[in-house]
Amino acid sequence: MSKTKSETVSETANETMSGAEMVVRALQDQGVEHLFGYPGGAVLPIYDALFHQDTVRHILVRHEQAAVHAAEGYARSSGKVGCVLVTSGPGATNAVTGLTDALMDSIPVVCITGQVPTQLIGSDAFQEADTVGITRHCTKHNYLVKRIEDLPRVLHEAFYVASHGRPGPVVIDIPKDIQFAKGAYARPTDNQHKTYRPVVSGDIERIRAAVALMASAKRPIFYTGGGVINSGPEAARLLRELVRLTGFPITSTLMGLGAYPASDQQFLGMLGMHGTYEANHAMHDCDVMINIGARFDDRITGRIDAFSPGSRKIHIDIDPSSINKNVKADIGIVGDCAHVLEDMLRLWKGLPQDVEKPSLKGWWGKIAGWRARNCLAYRPSDTVIKPQYALERLQALTEGRDTYITTEVGQHQMWAAQFLKFDEPNRWMTSGGLGTMGYGLPAAIGAQIAHPEALVIDVAGEASILMNMQEMSTALQHRLPIKVFILNNEYMGMVRQWQELLHGGRYSESYSHSLPDFVKLAEAYGGVGIRCDNPADLDAAILEMIDTPRPVIFDCIVDKMENCFPMIPSGKAHNEMILGDAAEDIGAIIDEKGKALV
Amino acid sequence: MSSVYSEPSPAAPTSRHTLAVIVDNEPGVLARIAGLFSGRGYNIESLTVSETEHEKHLSRITIVTTGTEAEIEQIKAQLARLVPVHRVRDLSDEGPAIERELVLLKVVGQGDQRVEALRLAQAFGARTLDATLSSFIFEFTGALEDVERFIGIMADCGLVEVSRTGVAAMSRGAEAM
Ligand SMILES: Cc1ncc(C[n+]2csc(CCOP(=O)(O)OP(=O)(O)O)c2C)c(N)n1
Ligand SMILES: [Mg+2]
Repeated sequence: MSKTKSETVSETANETMSGAEMVVRALQDQGVEHLFGYPGGAVLPIYDALFHQDTVRHILVRHEQAAVHAAEGYARSSGKVGCVLVTSGPGATNAVTGLTDALMDSIPVVCITGQVPTQLIGSDAFQEADTVGITRHCTKHNYLVKRIEDLPRVLHEAFYVASHGRPGPVVIDIPKDIQFAKGAYARPTDNQHKTYRPVVSGDIERIRAAVALMASAKRPIFYTGGGVINSGPEAARLLRELVRLTGFPITSTLMGLGAYPASDQQFLGMLGMHGTYEANHAMHDCDVMINIGARFDDRITGRIDAFSPGSRKIHIDIDPSSINKNVKADIGIVGDCAHVLEDMLRLWKGLPQDVEKPSLKGWWGKIAGWRARNCLAYRPSDTVIKPQYALERLQALTEGRDTYITTEVGQHQMWAAQFLKFDEPNRWMTSGGLGTMGYGLPAAIGAQIAHPEALVIDVAGEASILMNMQEMSTALQHRLPIKVFILNNEYMGMVRQWQELLHGGRYSESYSHSLPDFVKLAEAYGGVGIRCDNPADLDAAILEMIDTPRPVIFDCIVDKMENCFPMIPSGKAHNEMILGDAAEDIGAIIDEKGKALV
Repeated sequence: MSSVYSEPSPAAPTSRHTLAVIVDNEPGVLARIAGLFSGRGYNIESLTVSETEHEKHLSRITIVTTGTEAEIEQIKAQLARLVPVHRVRDLSDEGPAIERELVLLKVVGQGDQRVEALRLAQAFGARTLDATLSSFIFEFTGALEDVERFIGIMADCGLVEVSRTGVAAMSRGAEAM
């Protein structure tokens, strides 16, 4: 009898080593090259094991939240699993925001936390926190390893769980005595979990029904999301082919930007609360909606009972719980986007040629009418830099370069989504589900680690950037020439905008008081500071930023009172969105009920 | 409210469902399931857990919950996506399942009341597990309605303490889960 694979593996695998050494060995065997972390008492043995090798490079951050965001930026820009190592207690609790962010945006992250020795668990020991209890609801799965025999399996399983099915963060909590304990290491095998086997190929009969529905559509639209990016480059390639073949219009969520080229004519721009007029109207009026890897989030649907009332909906998602959660699907297909798209494409190509498909001329004509509203238009100025203008120039001056963009959260984030054009997947990293201010700088660090030669820019707000500003130090230490492009409006602009529109212009606590001098701050960290407040100087300043091979903070002083439009006001439907030039009337548009919503 | 935009949805009819969930009996699995219900705002009426296959370390969790059809579908999908969950079965899908619950009742009293308590317990087919000159402990197993009825009747006969196991359930017929 020939040996099975697992037998061969186990022959070479019975090496005895400490738990800490197993951690490092497992990372190596999983192909991990970079680990974002911060040491402390409960992970010292693992740090010691790291000291003795150089295949896994440790990136020392300055706050554990940033370690997770950096791992997210790394994962999203590279398609690999992001890895984190933090200590017990405060190390683990600091990581919680990052883990929640990764859960909401379905980002594969493995986070190893130290824990007090097993005999001290439950005794309120120094730096003890119930890490598995605290992270149970902000991880896809988590483990507390209490026996050295379980450690190799759990380590490999964590990578499998994080990256298979709908990706997400996984925590492995390892007590210090387990890190010292000796045991037999086992290498990864093919079956990394005894039962967890997410469905990847969609039900072919449903896909057939979906294709038939698509072929009969008079006003179809593709609505695609982060699932296409998570599925990998092949999914984006197949999506492009299918969209071109069908000739249907396509819109994308914030998370999905780049899966389909923004510069293509069939792309209607982003949809949702700050999406384009044409995308939201097309969503509202379509007769067949093909949702691929998006989840009918409330920022997308607006008022749910008025959401795309006349359409039949196809929903493709790897997570069965996403289907029928917020919006009822007529055809729900559980599967991985690339697999389902491949089948769809084959079936679409195989449709009988003699069957007349409805002409889409009228539909595209309608779309052209919506497009003609030019919804992203803003009033230009030659005295003050408009934030939209700053991003248009950033887009123009980075065109053709190998660029990765991250953002913080606020108006600047929405403007970046509207004005920067992503033609490839994995180029755009933003905190969508959780909306975490402080995400962008560490995420840029992660992206720059994954792409050392690329131009990595964090489009930031002056308020958000202060939330993880300490990571400038990380960028300097690791020689990461990231660019922080602050649209400095001296306000928590998005908060101010809502206060202007919904709370009578009472700007309660939304002014960015006592801001640091960002140029001096950059210099204090050892980076380069650039300030620009004049539209005429902007191009030269941006070029200087791009050409500086060191970390840069760019303090771009912009119009303080600019609002981000289009906007679907709270409690309103897609076809009730307001445009920039209608801003004065907005008070009349939002009713009392809308004010209560966030 | 599940969505920041959702208006309270027009009250869709709700129904009671009994779910059987097979899970790895690993630390924290019960917290995961209970936390899912609290975190997402679902109801739990009854929850019963015990390891059912010792060699495989599998436990069976029986959950009784109420919700609209859409909520029940979500509950099942959310349960199924937990990593240690092997299978989720809606026992109420396949016609009324067999459901039983065991209850222990302590009844305290003297004289006629005591005699009446014992007589009623016997009429219900309850077993007497403990007796003193002033008290009984009865054990009763039955369908939920019968358990409720028995407790209701004992309430008038000196009932001082109740302990219930929660529901154990199984679908009818030859097919196993
Ligand atoms: C951690 C965190 N706290 C609070 C918020 C709420 N919030 C959303 S946007 C915003 C203002 C952001 O201001 P800034 O970074 O200057 O961006 P701008 O909107 O001005 O572009 C706030 C406070 C949040 N999203 N995240
Ligand atoms: Mg601001």
